[in-house]
Amino acid sequence: MSERVISLTWMQTGQSGTIIQIQGGIGLASRLTALGIRPGKRVTKVSSMFIRGPVIIEMDRTQLAIGFGMANRVIVKLEETRK
Amino acid sequence: MKILLMGNPNVGKSVIFSRLTGVNVIASNYPGTTVGYTKGFMKLGEEKVEVIDVPGAYTLKSTSEAEEVARQMLESGDIVINVVNATNLERNLFLTLQLLERNIPVIVALNMWDDTKHRGIDIELDKLRQLLGVPVIPTVATTGEGIKELVRSIPRAISPEMPVRNRDERWVAIGSIIEQVQRVTHRHHTWRERLADASVKPLSGGVIALIVLVSAFFIVRLIGESLIGYVIGPQFENFWAPVIMKLSSFLGGDGFLHHILIGKITGEEVNFVESFGLLTSGLYVPFAMVLPYIIAFYLMLGLLEDSGYLPRLAVLMDTVMHRLGLHGYAIIPTLLGLGCNVPAILATRILESNRERFIAATLISIAVPCAALQAMIFGLLGERGGQYVAIVYGTLFVVWVILGVILRYVARGFTPELLIEIPPYRLPQWRTVLQKLWMRVYGFLGEAIPIIFGAILVINLLDILGIFGAIANFTAPVVTGLLGLPKEAVVALVIGFLRKDVAVGMLAPLALTAKQLVVGSVVLAMSFPCIATFLVLLRELGMAGMLKTTGIMVVVALIVGGLLNAVF
Repeated sequence: MSERVISLTWMQTGQSGTIIQIQGGIGLASRLTALGIRPGKRVTKVSSMFIRGPVIIEMDRTQLAIGFGMANRVIVKLEETRK
Repeated sequence: MKILLMGNPNVGKSVIFSRLTGVNVIASNYPGTTVGYTKGFMKLGEEKVEVIDVPGAYTLKSTSEAEEVARQMLESGDIVINVVNATNLERNLFLTLQLLERNIPVIVALNMWDDTKHRGIDIELDKLRQLLGVPVIPTVATTGEGIKELVRSIPRAISPEMPVRNRDERWVAIGSIIEQVQRVTHRHHTWRERLADASVKPLSGGVIALIVLVSAFFIVRLIGESLIGYVIGPQFENFWAPVIMKLSSFLGGDGFLHHILIGKITGEEVNFVESFGLLTSGLYVPFAMVLPYIIAFYLMLGLLEDSGYLPRLAVLMDTVMHRLGLHGYAIIPTLLGLGCNVPAILATRILESNRERFIAATLISIAVPCAALQAMIFGLLGERGGQYVAIVYGTLFVVWVILGVILRYVARGFTPELLIEIPPYRLPQWRTVLQKLWMRVYGFLGEAIPIIFGAILVINLLDILGIFGAIANFTAPVVTGLLGLPKEAVVALVIGFLRKDVAVGMLAPLALTAKQLVVGSVVLAMSFPCIATFLVLLRELGMAGMLKTTGIMVVVALIVGGLLNAVF
């Protein structure tokens, strides 16, 4: 089993993982943290829009839409895909 | 005493607010602040206390202007009712702990309590009360469940001993609370959740958006036309017309008073659109032409707002809106603008940067026609054929896009990225939908009718004094030369500053061709804002911003009007 660490934008729809890091400045981190998006949280990718559109994730049974640039800086450790 | 209702955005604060303050809500938007709030009063025992509906905030360490307002207001309150979304306890507790660290009595309303059961969430209330050290009351604001208990518990609000923590320590503390009070059992996806997922996927979401918007449009038209054709229109024809005819002969069919009250009547029939008296057009235009569409539009908007669809539309539109220098959330003020530009421009406050607010407000005031204007365009131009109405809408849409793209490159500043919580779908509650509809219709009647009367009075006085002729001759080169309209049409353009609906009505007696009516409608829609919009632009954008917007408006309106005249 190899652990894969990628950003939210590279996740496939339906994949789940745990946030391990938010790259970038304090401003971005505090905007995301205010909505509960922070290291340690388990997220599932619901969807993403074409042409660098926002990424939609589900976290604690709540859906959130995150702009592409921000989503690109949220780093996730993927869960092993189950059959 | 001052009670503050505080909590994350979209947890039901305003519904609790209206439950607490009941019908005697004094809803006032305070100018001067960046984001408005609402206050009302409630009886607590014998005392009359003030209740304030504070804008939603995720944290007291402000990351947005709304949160800054929330933080400032906290200084002035005596008690906080912290409204918490029970289905997302973990995130909501962050603000709760921040509030408990302050030296102010707090009581927690654990709202959306009914939803926890459907979603397999089990919260141990006694344990939560013990850990937080304040009263925790489960509520369902939409049905009123728990509100009495909440009111009874207000005197028990206290400020418990709570250590002041930094951000990370607070999350650790929350983690431990959640561990102790919350159990979540896995539930299968409900159809609402499946629909929720489908509506934010690019393909299925696009199809759903198209279905929603197209059916919304046709439902608004159906309701509006039915009200006009079967309910309000016949009242005027059957009951009011004979009264007017009697009054007309009583006044001798002519003279100053006749001119002002009844206007121009030819023969035996009252033409309610063209006569332009206070008691004829002054009543017919607002009640029989505009009001039906106002009712239809705001009913539909209320349903869309309460269902939770609009944030999903914002997500879908995000990529497109970025091309216009905005992000997806700007679609919400834009949709509001189809009702009235004034609340739409106020709603641009939900956008984060000044640049976005300027672009959104400019695009709304130029290219988004309000319901009153649209009703008149449908009423007058619709008779000549649907294709002409389509040309007006098509032109406005193209202007919206092109102007947005230009502003994106020209306007200074930056456009931040979209970051929003998408609420679950909910079935709209009739009570709240109708209440909101009534408030908006009432607002329309209160604000529009006096101005409509004023406009018609001014028109008649100017007409009697013969001032119109002078203005018409002076502006003839532009109006006739550039726009191809008869020179008298300038009066309508001037009156457009007061009310756009009356202004379109003024085009009716001019015997315009369909093409002229199209040009006139487009220019009226785009040119100078009506006085209410003008004032709100001034307040929201400042003098410089308002002058910029107005300048762009006049120039673009003349260019587009001239082009339309030349091309088609």
